[in-house]
Amino acid sequence: MSTNTPKKHIISALVENKPGVLNRLVSLFRRRNFNIDSLTVGRTHKQHVSRMTIVIDGHRLNPRQMVANLYKLVNVIDARLISEDLHVERDMALVKVRTDDTESFNAVTELCERFPARIIDMGMQVAIVEITARTELVEEFIGQLKPIGIIELVRTGVVAMGRGVRTQDTEYEPASMTLQDGELERYSV
Amino acid sequence: MLLTGAEILLECLIKEGVEVVFGYPGGAILPTYDAMTKYPQIRHVLVRHEQGASHMADGFARASGKVGVCIATSGPGATNLVTGLATAMMDSVGIVAITGQVARGSIGTDAFQETDVTGVTLPVTKHNYLVMSAAEIPLVVEEAFHIARSGRPGPVLIDIPKDVQIEKAEFLGYPTGKLRLPGYKVPDSAEDNDIVEAIRLIQEAERPLILAGHGLIMSHATQQLQELAELAGIPVTLTLLGKGAMSEHHPLCIGMMGMHGNAASNHAIQEADLLIALGMRFDDRVTGNIKTYSPNSRKIHVDIDPSEINKNVKVDIGIVGDLRTVLTQMLPLVPRKQHPEWVRRIRDWQEDGSERDILTHYDGTALLGAQVINDLWKFTDGNAVTVTDVGQHQMLEAQYYPHQRPASMLTSGGLGTMGFGFPAAIGAKFAKPDEEVWAIVGDGGFQMTLAELATARQENVDVKIAILNNGFLGMVRQWQEIFYEQRYHATPMVNPDFCKLAEAYGIPSMRVTSRDQIKDSVEFARSIKGPVLIEYVILKEEMVYPMVPAGADLDKMIRRPKLGEKQP
Repeated sequence: MSTNTPKKHIISALVENKPGVLNRLVSLFRRRNFNIDSLTVGRTHKQHVSRMTIVIDGHRLNPRQMVANLYKLVNVIDARLISEDLHVERDMALVKVRTDDTESFNAVTELCERFPARIIDMGMQVAIVEITARTELVEEFIGQLKPIGIIELVRTGVVAMGRGVRTQDTEYEPASMTLQDGELERYSV
Repeated sequence: MLLTGAEILLECLIKEGVEVVFGYPGGAILPTYDAMTKYPQIRHVLVRHEQGASHMADGFARASGKVGVCIATSGPGATNLVTGLATAMMDSVGIVAITGQVARGSIGTDAFQETDVTGVTLPVTKHNYLVMSAAEIPLVVEEAFHIARSGRPGPVLIDIPKDVQIEKAEFLGYPTGKLRLPGYKVPDSAEDNDIVEAIRLIQEAERPLILAGHGLIMSHATQQLQELAELAGIPVTLTLLGKGAMSEHHPLCIGMMGMHGNAASNHAIQEADLLIALGMRFDDRVTGNIKTYSPNSRKIHVDIDPSEINKNVKVDIGIVGDLRTVLTQMLPLVPRKQHPEWVRRIRDWQEDGSERDILTHYDGTALLGAQVINDLWKFTDGNAVTVTDVGQHQMLEAQYYPHQRPASMLTSGGLGTMGFGFPAAIGAKFAKPDEEVWAIVGDGGFQMTLAELATARQENVDVKIAILNNGFLGMVRQWQEIFYEQRYHATPMVNPDFCKLAEAYGIPSMRVTSRDQIKDSVEFARSIKGPVLIEYVILKEEMVYPMVPAGADLDKMIRRPKLGEKQP
């Protein structure tokens, strides 16, 4: 990475899958004046746990401070500065690009062979291309599509995971609010 | 047992040991107020403004070490709590605020008196809840109290829609035994090697200094602090909220640090070769210019909140843990040491300070705020619980009322909330009914929450109100004098007759204009069991010195000249 690009930090956080949790995180970043570069959220294989990948612009902040602040949120189960360890990261983009003549169509198909990209929708005038790769590669791909004619673009932002045996998981099971068999007797008042 | 949500809530509060709640009714919280008639164990104090309720809960919590509870209706009731929540958040005070919300089906429709209260209070609470079923209430209350009081305490808000208060659910008892907060870990003890490393720094230090903060009081570690200081011969300076962490009569205690702290403390910080910061957070009001702060010292920072370590000041050893536990771990290893030369240097600074003390050479006739506080200290045997508002009188209290025991001085430090003092004193009196509680307030701040005079009267709260009336927003006036070329814009105050005002509320009062009346005024206040208001009419132009201008180096203080010296 060239020296004049600001360092980006990637934080991965396991959070309780409850309403308003995303708001709590974003609000924290805002009030501590930390700049979010990208943020992705999705459920994990456990229904009650979501995982967020947050990329922050490391220009003038201490990322450990950020992680310590995240831990203060009650709904954050685990937060790690994943970019400090061995990890893999992927960014995904959908690009609608002009393919209304042979030249442009060929250029797009050729690019899709050179990059981890593929055409996922083909119309009369335009194609939608999908690329899933490291951010730098996605950036480069977009750069090369530009002269052909980008019409629309959407990106997911980075998702990341520590490599090897590093695991970020939780044993946590949420408390049930409903009455279980026999509980009434146990808690009788 | 099938109970309504409101009844379940009150059952849980009772099981939490809540005896008093400060609140104000309204539409969306009415089911809970109605249910209160069945639970006379909980005393409800009717305030005159919800802000008062939040400060009362705060004062109660600070004075008792328990969780304070306030209650308000939806919308404006809840938003009126916000200042009190922010105050408690900044000073790490455990309170639980309960607010009514519009019925579940109306949420998000801009219904009458609807406000997104969990949204509004997100940045000023440690955590908050919107309860969507009556069955959840026990677990939510249990979590709320646990979060409010544990770790670094803070305010927690529970927002309960009206229909949830009415809804019936099976109440299975409290505590629920289900408490599971996977993301909430409370630090306790320190790593052994951090302790060893800290001891090594203490061993090597020649000019060590302890910075004692609010955390010591909250973790009940004041005894351990004194042992540490005495064992290793380390002087102790206090933050504003740390007042009471060590007796200010102890020879090693050198009083408050910071913007209006003792000059000796600030000099000592800048000259020290080791700072041991305990339960304090290097607020800008105690550091001055952060770039030149204590330049030659190594630093040990113990705090229960990991995000405080290296936040403002980079430290050599950061220890995350409960102070009582950490100090108990340290004490057996602490070396016996004395630092006579260091202590002597501090003494010299202190002597220079007393020569500049206005009390040693004031020859005017008008009453001084410093005299009032000093005499209040004298005539209350230095033993009252004082609750201050914010401004000059607050700094004078910190300078002229030495405290001996924890939680005997309550003040809004972090947020600097004018209007805090009087309602917080009411709350403190509920926490400590057998102690003498004085609200020390200025004429400006008092007028922000003086409606609570009616609360004090209605509940006959035995709180003494000392108003230091200089007819000015004194601290702002001081800044205008020094930094804004004496343009006293919007600081002179045309005040009501405070004694007549007290009379209107049925509260006995007295006006004091000279120093020889102060003793009488204290005796008068003590002779009445109930609220009493004393107005001390003080010099308009009094300044609080020393003063570190905002952003200046900590030892570049504006000082009061010694006797015979020219005014700068």
